[in-house]
Amino acid sequence: MSIDFQYPEFEVERSEDCVYCGRCVKECPNGVHILTEDKKLRTRPQGCVACHRCAAFCPTGAIQIVRSRHASRANANWSEQAVTEITKQAATGGVLLSSMGNPENYPVYFDRILINASQVTNPSIDPLREPMETRTFLGAKPDTIHRDANGNILPQLPPQLSLSTPILFSAMSYGSISYNAHASLARAAEALGIFYNTGEGGLHEHFYQYGPNTIVQVASGRFGVHKAYLNSGAAIEIKMGQGAKPGIGGHLPGAKIVGDVSRTRMVPEGTDAISPAPHHDIYSIEDLRQLVYSLKEATGYQKPVIVKVAAVHNITAIASGIARSGADIIAIDGFRGGTGAAPTRIRDHVGIPVELALASVDQRLRDEGIRDRVSLICSGSIRSSADVVKAIALGADAVYIGTAALIALGCHLCRSCQTGRCAWGIATQNPELTRRLDPDEGYQRLVNLVTAWTHEIKEMMGGMGINSIEALRGNRLMLRGVGLTQKELDILGIRHAGE
Amino acid sequence: MREGSFRNLSGCAVSAMISKEGRRFSGADIIRSIRVMHDRSNGLGGGFAAYGIYPEYQDYYAFHVFYDNMAARRECEAFLERHFDIINLSKIPTRKIPQITDEPLIWRYFVAPLPTKLAESQLDEREFVARCVFRINVQLDGCYVFSSGKNMGVFKAVGFPEDVGVFYRLDEYEGYAFTAHGRYPTNTPGWWGGAHPFALLDYSVVHNGEISSYDANRRSMEMHGYRCTLQTDTEVITYMIDYLNRKKGLTMEEICSVIAAPFWDTIERMEPAERQRAEYLRNAFSSCLITGPFSIIVGFEGGMLALNDRLKLRSMVVGEKDDMVYIASEEAAIRAIQPELERLYAPKGGEGVLIQVKEGAGQCR
Repeated sequence: MSIDFQYPEFEVERSEDCVYCGRCVKECPNGVHILTEDKKLRTRPQGCVACHRCAAFCPTGAIQIVRSRHASRANANWSEQAVTEITKQAATGGVLLSSMGNPENYPVYFDRILINASQVTNPSIDPLREPMETRTFLGAKPDTIHRDANGNILPQLPPQLSLSTPILFSAMSYGSISYNAHASLARAAEALGIFYNTGEGGLHEHFYQYGPNTIVQVASGRFGVHKAYLNSGAAIEIKMGQGAKPGIGGHLPGAKIVGDVSRTRMVPEGTDAISPAPHHDIYSIEDLRQLVYSLKEATGYQKPVIVKVAAVHNITAIASGIARSGADIIAIDGFRGGTGAAPTRIRDHVGIPVELALASVDQRLRDEGIRDRVSLICSGSIRSSADVVKAIALGADAVYIGTAALIALGCHLCRSCQTGRCAWGIATQNPELTRRLDPDEGYQRLVNLVTAWTHEIKEMMGGMGINSIEALRGNRLMLRGVGLTQKELDILGIRHAGE
Repeated sequence: MREGSFRNLSGCAVSAMISKEGRRFSGADIIRSIRVMHDRSNGLGGGFAAYGIYPEYQDYYAFHVFYDNMAARRECEAFLERHFDIINLSKIPTRKIPQITDEPLIWRYFVAPLPTKLAESQLDEREFVARCVFRINVQLDGCYVFSSGKNMGVFKAVGFPEDVGVFYRLDEYEGYAFTAHGRYPTNTPGWWGGAHPFALLDYSVVHNGEISSYDANRRSMEMHGYRCTLQTDTEVITYMIDYLNRKKGLTMEEICSVIAAPFWDTIERMEPAERQRAEYLRNAFSSCLITGPFSIIVGFEGGMLALNDRLKLRSMVVGEKDDMVYIASEEAAIRAIQPELERLYAPKGGEGVLIQVKEGAGQCR
């Protein structure tokens, strides 16, 4: 045991305000707080993940989670994390697992891009006084216009998704997150006039009522996929990859395949649900085309098909292939995108930043004259309304938010989803924990978040003198880079600040 | 620095007049009209588009070309000879006046595509001509075709617009429609090609404003094969009109519903059939929506379209008298040439004013 000793990352500080009520003991799913028989509180900090549940619910505000002061000899090369991880692997022989998005210190291009505003030559527009439009349509645009015998336009478009604001909730499966989390997302999507995404775990029968605001996902494991499922949503997403773990599949442990999760996924209780790395009917682009059209056949060509891919090195060629495969929408998921569980090395070292991927895909599709054939959704760590504006100005039609939505539901980014012991009742199936998320409150908080962002998007648009979101899409002159190399600016298709 | 190497913003004055009967009249009045708005320009660009001025050559494309030097002219003429029958060529007649200096070589050609070249290209005639214009403007150094329509011509220069009109002897031309532009660029390279109107084939655009959707529009047009070499609003608006009208077959009314699309809450209140049409146009051509202030006057064969941005952030008024329709940034510019108006109104934001010359009228085709 001693060879594997690791000092806990966090410690719990309890102030004299503690009244020994034991609430922290009840709240902590990791057994950090222990109430002894003599009504004293002891701490077992090894289990602490810094989820802040205890601190948030301590009636006297007596708890503070602090970073451990336990010191190692400083080493700029062998970080404490590297040493810790080797020790763990030496003990277990296992692959390291992590969750949520890549936390490592790579450049965040969104933070190196600034937004324009009008001065003198062009008036800014006040969104409180003038219409400011964020309605967005996703789907292929027609190549030729058809008219009737009298010359009137026949207004026939390929199937479209209509969004009140260019934000969707990204795919998070029932199983990886709880029933109440799904209920919150579904209700919020309906209230906001946007969409949520089932993820690859099927659709709980209770949520079919939210079908007009639901995107149903088809992933490599095909869990919970059947005709009624495909037809229940407004669009179908084929998940080819995920930004957090490009090139690999998924693994929902048998412990989470219980009750309704098992029924919804159509996987026996207690059996691991393993999504293969590739779709085994898609080994190349022509196979993707067959799946796209199979799904369109199954749904009478009434629903747009989204193909979601991870941002990887040759994303431009991949996206071009997808645009020619019959897909209506391409979702590009960057390397910061979240996950319920992924091998740490994959999460932290595979894939590329979504800003670069998005900019080069948008430009490539334009160079090939096929940008109007598809809409682009950008995802993988959209953290604020400013990121939304920047993504759209780089060329996205809309963005997916996952992590931000979970934070609205109470997630504190402790990055421990893979343990299944989410203290906030989101990434868990433990009934004691899932009931902590109240869908009435959860849905309202999601509505608040998206409403607030939409207000901010309108303010920024108005500042630029733009009163409709489509005039912002791909409008890269509205962006400037700061502290970027010429190569980075060229890929982003923007100029440096001051130019 | 030459126009096109940076994004050039400008405020402006516009004026236009058209006879609905297709009656031809002298260009003297349009000069008087734009002169009134002298203070809306800063002497860094002015110009005119005139329709119905070349009836004797109405079947030929009239190319107006600026050359930096004789070598450029020789190169361009060699190109023209390889692709066109040149029916007539000459210098464009000008008056030497002290207000206009540093003029380039200004030539005019009446041309028709060589049938063999046209057949070989597998393009329709207008697309063939448009592509030849792009090739000259993008690939041939020191050559710039600034007018390329039939029975119409653009005349522009660096200077105040009233002086530009005198310089080009516009009073000696007769047409059924004229548009005029005085420019107030916020910076300028002083290049004649950068003055307005901007034209492609018989489409010409004069524009007052600064559009905030510029780069979204530009990148969309470039995807459709247009090369935006000047980085001005007027250039990209002209290409959008050409794309939507000539290539996509939208009517001018439909184009208004695209570039100054009604707000969604207006669309929601429309009758079902109209609503579907408006939704379709807005969605299908969303990259051609223009935001930010603009008032534009589009000239084309047989008509004219005036349009304001959706919020009417730029002034524009329309006056009518007998068969004449006048459009200008300021009422004074109309009153200067027609004090007795039967009707005078300011079109609402996004409300296009389309004037079409009577079918088969006069010299208009």
